[in-house]
Amino acid sequence: MKKEYLKIDNINGSIIEIDDVDDVFYGEVVNIKEESSDEIKKGKVVKLDEDKATIQVFQSTTGLASDNATTVFTGKSFDIPESKEVLGRIFNGLGEPIDGGGNLYSGEEKDIDGAPINPISRQYPRNFVQTGISSIDVLMTLIRGQKLPIFSGNGLSHNQLAAQIVKQARLTGDNEDFAIVFCAIGVKHDDEQFFRKTFEEANVMDHVVMYINYANDPVAERNSAPRCALTTAEYLAFEENKNVLVIISDITAYAEALREISSAREEVPSRKGYPGYMYSDFASLYERAGMLKDSPGSITFLPILTMPNDDITHPIPDLTGFITEGQIVLNRDLEQQSIYPPIDILPSLSRLMKDGIGEGFTREDHQDLANQLFAAYSRVMEVRDLSQIMGEDDLSELDKKYMEFGREFENRFLNQSFDENRSIIESLDLGWELLTILPQTELNRLSPELIEKYLPKNTRYTVEAFNG
Amino acid sequence: MSSQSNTATVTGINGPVVTAKGMSNFKMREMVTVGPKLLIGEVIILDGDKGTIQVYEETVGLKVGDQIQSTGKPLSVRLGPGLLKNMFDGIERPLTKIREISPVFIPEGIGLMNLDEEKKWPVEILVKEGDVLEPGDPYAQIKETEMITIKLMTSPEQAGTVKSVQPDGEYSINEPLIELETKDGEIINLDSTQDWSIRQPRPVKARLEPDEILLTGTRIIDTFFPLAKGGTAAIPGGFGTGKTMTQHQLAKWSDADVIIYIGCGERGNEMTEVIEDFPNLIDPRSGKSIMERTVMIANTSNMPVAAREASIYTGITIAEWFRDMGYNVAIMADSTSRWAEALREISGRLEEMPAEEGYPAYLSSRIAEFYERAGSVKTLNGEKGSISIIGAVSPAGGDFSEPVTENTKRFVNTFLGLDRDLAYARHYPAINWLTSYSGYIKDLGDWFDDNVSDEFIPLRNKMLDLLYREDKLQEMVMLIGEEALPNDQKWIINVAKLLRIGFLQQNFFDNEDMFVPLEKQYGMLQTIDHIYERGLEGLRYGIPSSELINADLNDKILKMKYTIPNNDLSQLKKLNQEIDDFYDALLRRY
Repeated sequence: MKKEYLKIDNINGSIIEIDDVDDVFYGEVVNIKEESSDEIKKGKVVKLDEDKATIQVFQSTTGLASDNATTVFTGKSFDIPESKEVLGRIFNGLGEPIDGGGNLYSGEEKDIDGAPINPISRQYPRNFVQTGISSIDVLMTLIRGQKLPIFSGNGLSHNQLAAQIVKQARLTGDNEDFAIVFCAIGVKHDDEQFFRKTFEEANVMDHVVMYINYANDPVAERNSAPRCALTTAEYLAFEENKNVLVIISDITAYAEALREISSAREEVPSRKGYPGYMYSDFASLYERAGMLKDSPGSITFLPILTMPNDDITHPIPDLTGFITEGQIVLNRDLEQQSIYPPIDILPSLSRLMKDGIGEGFTREDHQDLANQLFAAYSRVMEVRDLSQIMGEDDLSELDKKYMEFGREFENRFLNQSFDENRSIIESLDLGWELLTILPQTELNRLSPELIEKYLPKNTRYTVEAFNG
Repeated sequence: MSSQSNTATVTGINGPVVTAKGMSNFKMREMVTVGPKLLIGEVIILDGDKGTIQVYEETVGLKVGDQIQSTGKPLSVRLGPGLLKNMFDGIERPLTKIREISPVFIPEGIGLMNLDEEKKWPVEILVKEGDVLEPGDPYAQIKETEMITIKLMTSPEQAGTVKSVQPDGEYSINEPLIELETKDGEIINLDSTQDWSIRQPRPVKARLEPDEILLTGTRIIDTFFPLAKGGTAAIPGGFGTGKTMTQHQLAKWSDADVIIYIGCGERGNEMTEVIEDFPNLIDPRSGKSIMERTVMIANTSNMPVAAREASIYTGITIAEWFRDMGYNVAIMADSTSRWAEALREISGRLEEMPAEEGYPAYLSSRIAEFYERAGSVKTLNGEKGSISIIGAVSPAGGDFSEPVTENTKRFVNTFLGLDRDLAYARHYPAINWLTSYSGYIKDLGDWFDDNVSDEFIPLRNKMLDLLYREDKLQEMVMLIGEEALPNDQKWIINVAKLLRIGFLQQNFFDNEDMFVPLEKQYGMLQTIDHIYERGLEGLRYGIPSSELINADLNDKILKMKYTIPNNDLSQLKKLNQEIDDFYDALLRRY
């Protein structure tokens, strides 16, 4: 017989306390039912002190009073059912269906908190994923099984970028079976609509599982939404052997919920009021991506976060960058120049690219070409600073070439349309073509052999230079 | 008085922190098991009958009223054969064994385990009946891997006369090897292992000055900011600046005998990379796989946070044991910031008064204690051994003024500051030569004189000064443009570029460039100095700087790291001859 408690001793935001409890375990799920309504609120024991249990409630606590609700300890941890039937379904942040399709019945209940993957059981990801976007494929290559976040800002085109990756990414390799898990945390209805439309247009709806927490949904549900999504991703990848792409938007809303709950629990805050354990908490999400030695499935993870005030040193992007395997950083200046995708390549990085590109994966020149483009573009930034002071006319001939390279690089290499799908070879060749703007002596990251083999002899730039 | 059967009762649970009552017979820092799953924990506070325990495993599922059992021992590691080539969690449980129990995920409640108890090791006994053993004296040895022979030593508390010995042969770790009669007449059996508390530094006879370089094969480190055997170093840097890359580079190529790699709160895939890559890499000195000398400790960022706190101590205790055999040990701790954050998290749950940025007030003393366990020493048995610590630091927001970086700076002698702008320009290793320093330049002066040349340090200083001057000139360039500078200053900027790209930048993926012997580093530096001096001479004779700067010769210098093989430095001489030919021809023209 499950014990029922009729009294709540303390309610503070989404945290409640119940006294005189007995035989309760840490992490146990409780159901709270208000007398006047049929709705059952879900909560979880987050602290036990003698006979007092502190419970984090996942729905709104509005309307709860100390004596109008019954609390039942379920004797279970936070589990959700998993089966192949999840594909095509839509759930809320608690893993409950909201598409009218009825409950999911399955013998398999999974704890949404998961468990850490043994590093020895992991397989190091090495498979190149072509996204069809030049800047990503050449300069911050996505690898199957990688966790690569998009660092964006409010109003930037991160949703379009994620959608284009969904449409174009050839994730599958030899294993044709794929799935997409999409988790919206605290997003606007139209953002969610945008993704739903993209999935429909790409004709992949049958492969998509959605977990939706809208901006006006309870904050506490934001804590469980990504965990439900990743539990499903783990199930699909490691038990159903699918290549899974997980998109979570927006991690910033998740972190803010974390801060709100932490402050309600009166914990000691660390930077900007975020809890000291935010790094470990983020890791418990991000580290669920990857590949295993014994499974053909994979979890590729593209979390999206909006940097508050476009500040990359803010704790949310900062702690994320320390855990994820690189980042794709979007830039407001590029967006304002109508360059899409507005990827700021210098702070962007893919840590796994070194082992997944080159001969046998993409092409032998890939790494050196990427280094040369990075080095040249970083020089462009310095020259631009200089031209702000001196004016472009007074720059040296070499610096003027760099200015031209910068413009062409942004307009032709970074910039591409939402429907444009470039192959990796096209993207690499485009990079080489742009390098003809610069004198060969500047190409010190490239060996003479590669220059001989790949640098085009006749391009519109070399012709212009000849005529001029 | 029996200490084994003490039990206490759980009264509260908050993450990894468990409070209990009935603890009056427990000892501080004692290892305990908690609840029906026998989770492993350590007593961290005792207050009369009440106590607080930090638990090294996930506590979900624990109840108030669950039993706590004492073990009578402090939290210890087991030292013996089987550590090398293996990967352990923060409290020395082998991850391969855990995988046999649970194929993918790491479950809680798997109990305590460490070294393989089944495996037979080839033991060679070094003592005979009647020998007198002092604390720390070796009594047997085992060739554990191709590279490392481990010595089995009496513990620092044991001494006595050998009563009997087993013959040489194959033994598992728990089989007794010798009998020792102590001064009190007690007979003890010694096997292949020894337990040692992780919080307790192992004693030594004397501490020595570090006087030998820890070679890394990385030019900017060996030449400009060298490490010493027995020294300490910190590598701070924001995300994406290459901390882990540098740590891996050092673990691969530094000339220590034994490497302890601690992945503390970092990415799971990085540890997987170590396991996959290291066996295939060949140590340039011994010709053997570098895995043969490596011990790995992994507490990835999603593994329990309390074990992250312990992982650093587990690693250093293992290092001290190898040091006591007379080996030079190097520890890579990646990242010490995650360890500090683990302290902060536990401190927060204990509701301690926070100091700066929520870190506990004892942060500084804990960091100091850790780095002070490094050093070059004379061991109890008279050997010379050393521990070098290289700690990565992950400052929040890349800001070096945060508490962990600040406190670390006070206790390390080499500081290799990673720079975001260099990393953005893909200048790797992104070690900033203006903010980095090495306190070992003075200590190692004699070493450089004896082993390289007594002109090495002066040349290094000259080149570093050139880089400083270039930095100042670049500020001028930002105002007036490079064209407006006088000839000699343009030449300095050009030579600094040769240094930056040709010398400081190093390609860890290139077979020739990944490890560079000191002789070649010195030769490359001499070559750059040679062109610098010949250029200055040319300018004095009125040769325009553009003739010097645009010469193809510069390109050859930029590429000498790739084109000149590490094992054929005679080609450097040819390059210097080319420089002379070029300038002699120029001078004749003007």
